[in-house]
Amino acid sequence: MSTIPSSLPGRRPMQVATAWERLRTNHSWLAAWFMLPAAAFLILFLAYPLFLGVWMSFTDERIGRGGVFVGLENYEWLWGDSVFWLSVFNTLLYTVVASAIKFVVGLYLALLLNRHMPFKAMIRAAVLVPFIVPTVLSAIAFWWIYDAQFSIISWSLTKMGLIHENINFLGDPNMARGSVIFANIWRGVPFVAITLLAGLQTVSPSLYEAATLDGATSWQRFRYITYPLLTPIIAVVMTFSVLFTFTDFQLIWALTRGGPVNSTHLMATLSYQRGILSGRLGEGAAIATAMIPFLCAAIAISWFGMQRRKWQQGSDND
Amino acid sequence: MASVQIHDVRKSFGGFEVLHGVSVPIEDGAFVVLVGPSGCGKSTLLRMLAGLEKITSGTISIGDRVVNDVQPKERDIAMVFQNYALYPHMTVAQNMGFSLKLRGADAAEITAKVNRAADILDLRKLLDRFPRQLSGGQRQRVAMGRAIVRDPQVFLFDEPLSNLDAKLRVAMRTEIKELHQRLKTTTVYVTHDQIEAMTMADKIVVMQDGIVEQMGAPLDLYDRPDNKFVAGFIGSPAMNFLEGNIKVNGGQPWVETANGSKLPITAVPAGSDGRPVTYGIRPEHLEFADTGIEAEVVVIEPTGSETQLVARVGTQEIIAIFRDRRSVKPGDIIHLQPRPSAAHLFDRDTGKRL
Repeated sequence: MSTIPSSLPGRRPMQVATAWERLRTNHSWLAAWFMLPAAAFLILFLAYPLFLGVWMSFTDERIGRGGVFVGLENYEWLWGDSVFWLSVFNTLLYTVVASAIKFVVGLYLALLLNRHMPFKAMIRAAVLVPFIVPTVLSAIAFWWIYDAQFSIISWSLTKMGLIHENINFLGDPNMARGSVIFANIWRGVPFVAITLLAGLQTVSPSLYEAATLDGATSWQRFRYITYPLLTPIIAVVMTFSVLFTFTDFQLIWALTRGGPVNSTHLMATLSYQRGILSGRLGEGAAIATAMIPFLCAAIAISWFGMQRRKWQQGSDND
Repeated sequence: MASVQIHDVRKSFGGFEVLHGVSVPIEDGAFVVLVGPSGCGKSTLLRMLAGLEKITSGTISIGDRVVNDVQPKERDIAMVFQNYALYPHMTVAQNMGFSLKLRGADAAEITAKVNRAADILDLRKLLDRFPRQLSGGQRQRVAMGRAIVRDPQVFLFDEPLSNLDAKLRVAMRTEIKELHQRLKTTTVYVTHDQIEAMTMADKIVVMQDGIVEQMGAPLDLYDRPDNKFVAGFIGSPAMNFLEGNIKVNGGQPWVETANGSKLPITAVPAGSDGRPVTYGIRPEHLEFADTGIEAEVVVIEPTGSETQLVARVGTQEIIAIFRDRRSVKPGDIIHLQPRPSAAHLFDRDTGKRL
């Protein structure tokens, strides 16, 4: 009984405690705290540099000299720059051709690897090799393969008597474009193939058996079962593939440095050349910033493609 | 509709033979259930019938046609899979109409046939749903609908009820049986559940380790099992088996167990005095009595309609079922008297019925 009076003076701290208590049990407030570390990382290492880059594209900053705000001057300059437009064309060509071929070859490879065969695990692992070799190493290997004098392809064809002079892989504009696209495909196919293979393995074999009994030929099984069930994962894989290809830098830089005569310059390599090598940071940043709308468009397309389809909705009673 | 003849069929995977010459005649319009424990080869046999597995040797004919080398889609059969194998990206109507679409039927024909099957299975309201939006029982019905739309010569069911809960399983069992009585299509049904086999089949084929142990009408198998395996497999709770020796002393023969219980039998082949046998008696053929098998009550399981009693005889347990209620408790010593006419005798070594 004596505790009752003594508890009365404690009333005010009690109210403070309940306010704190409310805040402490407030889920949104708590959630914000939990997200803070991740948000800090993203802001510091992604959002801030991105913002800085975009800002830089509106200045005339050079290496060693801070710039002043020049508005859209860099962009106006690029608008009239034929080399820039060539690099945009090259980038689109490179991305569209390489991604399309990577998709077709990767899907074909995935379908092959999904069959039962001896040494299945080893073959699947081997397919990944181009993907795990550092890009610069494989680029140097391709550089030798495409070399004007020592190319193994030219040598082999000469020995077979099919050609009489070496192929000028990296010296001719269109040959160079084809050569770098081929190297990119070689490197990118494993990613597509292995990811699609993972998707294929989620398709229940009994669906194929049911379709077989329903009278489907192997093409119809692909057309009506495999392909529709694979579309969500195709959307994800191809988004990544397009983003990687569009922003490719290492392969081009190691093989051609954008040459001959800028015919293999991509936006990423041109940005590096103008921004870092020539020191015109503002202009380089403007080229890099110009990539953003293209990337956003690619993401938007796949986002609509990836939206949960109606058949994926609803509860799963399994 | 058609009859199906399975003649001396063998199947090997690699060098390992899983079916050792199975022959099953299936009459036109019959409901045949292949039943047996896991790994007995019943599903493999069904898949061979469907054309999903190659036949190593022997022949399977549907109607008058040997189908060993006939493509699955040419066999005119429809199969219901254990996991239903519904196409997740197609609506119920598209699932059911898929085979017709592949066959090149026009839209009006597909709609008509799908609607007719949907009416049979009460699926009309679900036609626009996707499989994910259906309950287990509804998916099961869609899988059957897909089979019905085909209007095939033979229906094949591969453990179709094992993914359903107990109550739904009983309901679907009745539904499938009703459907068969209505359509009268020859049906081959695989299950490991002997109750399903007993309740649905015109003819049960009991399989074990790649051979047919016995086939026949459900009650024939129940009343006269050919061997100890069939006796133990058909019936729930399972038949009790007691080891003993036949004694013939003048008039009435009996089987005497190691602990001295005398088990009554009606008649034995001549000259079997002293022969070691396995004595089989079903739980419902044991009665309370003052004499008979002495047993200690272990567990009493009342289900309301009947009482199941587990009792210990020597080192083994036997089960008895009574329709009337008994006031016994665990630890009581009771006497159980087998009904002599209901006893089964099996050779101790071969397990064959005497």
